[in-house]
Amino acid sequence: MKAVIGRLISMVVTVLLISFVAFMAFSLIPGDPALTILGGQADPAKVEALRQQMGLNDPVLIRYGRWLAGFLHGDMGSSYQYDMPVADLLADKIPITLTLTLEAFLLMILFSIPLGLYTAKHEGGPADRFIVVFNQIIMAIPPFFSGILITWIFGMLLHWFTPGGYVSWETDFGAFLGYLFFPALAIALPKTAMAVKLLRSSVLVEAGRDYTRTAYSRGNTTNGVLYYHVLKNAVLPVLTFLGMTLADMVAGSIIIEQVFGIPGLGRTLLSSIGNRDYPVIEAIIILIAVIVVLSGLIVDILYQALDPQIRVE
Amino acid sequence: MKKLRRNTAVLLAVLSALTVALSGCGAGSKAGKGSSVTVGIANDIDSLDPNKTVSAGTREVLFNIYEGLVKPDKDGNLVPAVASAYTISDDAMTYTFTIRDGVKFQDGSTVTADDAVYSIERCADASSGNPLAPAFSQIDSVTAPDSRTVVVKLKDANSDFLSYLTTAVVPKADTDLNSEPIGTGPYKVVSRSPQESIVLQKFTDYWGNSIADTKGTGATPASIENITLKIITDPAMLVTDLKGGAVDLMIHMNATQTAQLGSGFTVAEGTMNLVQALYLNNKVAPFDKKEVRQALCYALDRKPVFEAVSDGKGTAVGSSVYPSYKKYFMPGLADAYATDTAKAKELLAEAGYPDGFTFTITVPSNYQQHIDTAQVLSEELKQIGVTAEIKQVEWETWLSDVYQNRNYDATVIGVDASTLSAPALLGRFVSTASDNFTNYSNADYDSTYEEAVRSTDDTAKTEAYKKCEQILSDDAANVYIQDLPDFVGMNSRVSGYTFYPLYVMDLSALKLAQ
Repeated sequence: MKAVIGRLISMVVTVLLISFVAFMAFSLIPGDPALTILGGQADPAKVEALRQQMGLNDPVLIRYGRWLAGFLHGDMGSSYQYDMPVADLLADKIPITLTLTLEAFLLMILFSIPLGLYTAKHEGGPADRFIVVFNQIIMAIPPFFSGILITWIFGMLLHWFTPGGYVSWETDFGAFLGYLFFPALAIALPKTAMAVKLLRSSVLVEAGRDYTRTAYSRGNTTNGVLYYHVLKNAVLPVLTFLGMTLADMVAGSIIIEQVFGIPGLGRTLLSSIGNRDYPVIEAIIILIAVIVVLSGLIVDILYQALDPQIRVE
Repeated sequence: MKKLRRNTAVLLAVLSALTVALSGCGAGSKAGKGSSVTVGIANDIDSLDPNKTVSAGTREVLFNIYEGLVKPDKDGNLVPAVASAYTISDDAMTYTFTIRDGVKFQDGSTVTADDAVYSIERCADASSGNPLAPAFSQIDSVTAPDSRTVVVKLKDANSDFLSYLTTAVVPKADTDLNSEPIGTGPYKVVSRSPQESIVLQKFTDYWGNSIADTKGTGATPASIENITLKIITDPAMLVTDLKGGAVDLMIHMNATQTAQLGSGFTVAEGTMNLVQALYLNNKVAPFDKKEVRQALCYALDRKPVFEAVSDGKGTAVGSSVYPSYKKYFMPGLADAYATDTAKAKELLAEAGYPDGFTFTITVPSNYQQHIDTAQVLSEELKQIGVTAEIKQVEWETWLSDVYQNRNYDATVIGVDASTLSAPALLGRFVSTASDNFTNYSNADYDSTYEEAVRSTDDTAKTEAYKKCEQILSDDAANVYIQDLPDFVGMNSRVSGYTFYPLYVMDLSALKLAQ
C-alpha cells in the first residue's frame, strides 16, 4: 500500500513537470492569442489592451503559477477561441476519444489472444507460417495509412460506412459506435500484430517448461493447459506491452481522428495549437499525461495480482 | 485440440458478425426527412457574436443569420434590409434610415429603431474589446427620433459609410450572442458543437418570406428547411466526404480537388474575391527603391503561376481591387508591366543592384496556393539574378510577425475586403493606416484617397479611387498577381449556389434538386 502511495506521488510530480514544460514551450513559439481573437483588422492599441486584460503581458512564471492555482482548484480556465469553460468543451470531446481508444483496445484483445495461442499451438504449421508473415506486414503499416486504405475499401468501394459520416453519441449511440469501428480497427491492427507475436513467443517459452509437462501428465487437456496454466504466465510480458499500448492508442487516436473526420480530443488539440488557445492545450496535455502515467501504474498493480512474487516498489 | 479450434472459429464468427452489425448502423442514419442539406466548411467559426468574429469563413456563415440595415446583393449593390429605405445628406455626414415594418428577430420580438441604435453603438464602443472596423470611430452620434427612424451623424464627410451599416442588427436586450445568437436573417442557429458542426434551421418569421417581389430589397427567403454546416479541417477529407455522401456541398475547393469528383457532381466556378500579390515591405531595403519593385514586376510572368496554382485559371490583377468589384476594377493595369527580363535587369542596375540580391518570402503554410505561387515566383526571379528564399510559417506566426509587427521582406498572400467598399481594399495603403502592413507611404496617394473618401459626387469619387489604383500600379507598391478561381462542388441533390463579389455564402439561395 505504501508503495502505491509512493507511486501516486511520483505520478503527480511527473504530470506537474509535463504541464510546466508544455507551458514553457508555448511561451517560446511565436503567435499571440490576443491578435488571434481580434484578427488582422484590429487596432494595435486594442490588441495591447486585450493582452493586458488576459494577463498575457505578465512574466511566464507568474502566468504558470496563476494557471496552476486555478487548475488545483478545479478551474481549468476558459477557452480563448470558444469563450466557454475548458471543462465544458472537453466534457464533450473526452467520451469520443475514450470510446475510440477503448474500442480499439477491445478489438486488439479479442483478436490477439486467440490468434497468439493458435499460432503457438500450431507452431511451424502452414497457418502459423502464414500468420507470422502476415503479422510482419500488418505491423509495418502505420494506422494513418491503414486508415486511408480502410476508408477507400470499406467506405468508397464497399459502402459499408459513409466516410466522414460521423454521428454524435448524443444523437445515436449505436451509430456512433458503428462509425468508430473502422477507425478503431485502423488503430488496433498494428498493435494486434505485435501482441500476437509477443504472446506467441511467450507461450512457446512457457510451453517448454516443467510445470507444463506436469500439467499434461496430470491429465489436463491441451486447452486446459494452455488457458489455465500457460496463459497466466505467458501473459505477464505481454501485460507491459498492453499497458504501453493503451497510452499509445490515445496518441494514435489523435491522428486517426484526422483521417476519419472525428471531432474528438485530437482535432480540438490541433485547432487549439493553431489558435494558441493555451488553456485548452494545457488541459488536453495533462489529460493525456495522466492517462499514460495511470496505465503504467495499473499494469504494475495487475502484475502483482497475477504474480504475488512481484512487489511494487 | 479440436475444442480450441472450434472456440477460435466461434470467436472469429462473432467478431465478424459484430463488424457487420456495427457498420450496418453507420450507414442508414442519414435518411433525408423533409429538406435537409449538409454543407462542408473548412474552418470552425470563431464566434457567433457578429461583432466578435474576425475570420472571413465565419462572416460567410453569419451572413445567413444576421442582417444589417442594408446588405449586399449578388451584384455587389447595397440594398435595404432591416431598413426599408435610407437617405444620405448632400454633405455625406448624415445617414437617415427607416426601419422596415414587421421585421422580427429570431426570438420573436419586433425590431425597433432602438435596437438598431444599440447595434451601431455596440460596434462603436471602443472599450468593449470587440474587434471593430476603424471606420466606426468616425461616428459622432446615433439617435432614434421615433420608433422607426435611425439617424447616424458622422464627424467627417464619408460617402462610403453605408457599407459599414451592413453590420448586424441585434436585439437591445441581448444577452450573450455567442451562446445565444439572435439575428433577423433567413436562418437561425439551432445548435453548435465546437470542431464538429453548426445546425441551422429556416427562420419561419423572416421578413423576406412575406415579400412577393424581392427585387431591390435584401430579402432572401430560404428554400431548404434544415442545413448542417459540417467542419472539415483536413483538405484531404473533403473530397472523400463529398464523394461518400457525408456532405452535399463543399465550398472553396481547388481545381485539383474538383478534378477528383467525377460524374454525378456539379462544379460551380467563381472567384475568391481577393488580391493575391507578392506584398513587399516598402520600408525594407531594397524594396524602398521604386526601381527594384518595378524590376520585380517586370520579372513576373503570370501564366506559369496560373498553371501551377489553378490549372491555368485565374484572373490577372494589376492593383489592389479584385475583378468582380466591377465599379472600381481597372483591367488595363494588369498589363502595366509586361514580362521583360532585360528591362528588369536594367532597372536593378539603375537602383544599384546589378548583380541582384537575396530576400525572403514569408508564406503561411496553411495556404497551398500561396506557397505554390511563391515557388514559381522564386524561379522567375532567378532570371533577373534575384534569389528569393521561401520561408513557410504557421498562420499564427504569419499574423504576428508579418501582419502585426511588419517584420518581413516580402510575403505572398491574398487580401480580401471586409465590406463592399473601396476603402476596405484601398484604405490600408494610406501611410498612417493601422493595417498598412506593407509600410507603403506616398503623400500623393494619401491626399488622393482623402479626396475620394470626402467626395460626395459619385463620379469624382470613383475617379479618385481609380487614381489611387493607378498610383499603386505606377509606384509598383507590390507585385500584383491575380484573383484566384473558387470552386463549389455539389452532388445532384442540391443546386442554386450563388457567388457574391464578397466573401459571402448565401445558403438561402440553395435549392433541393427535384
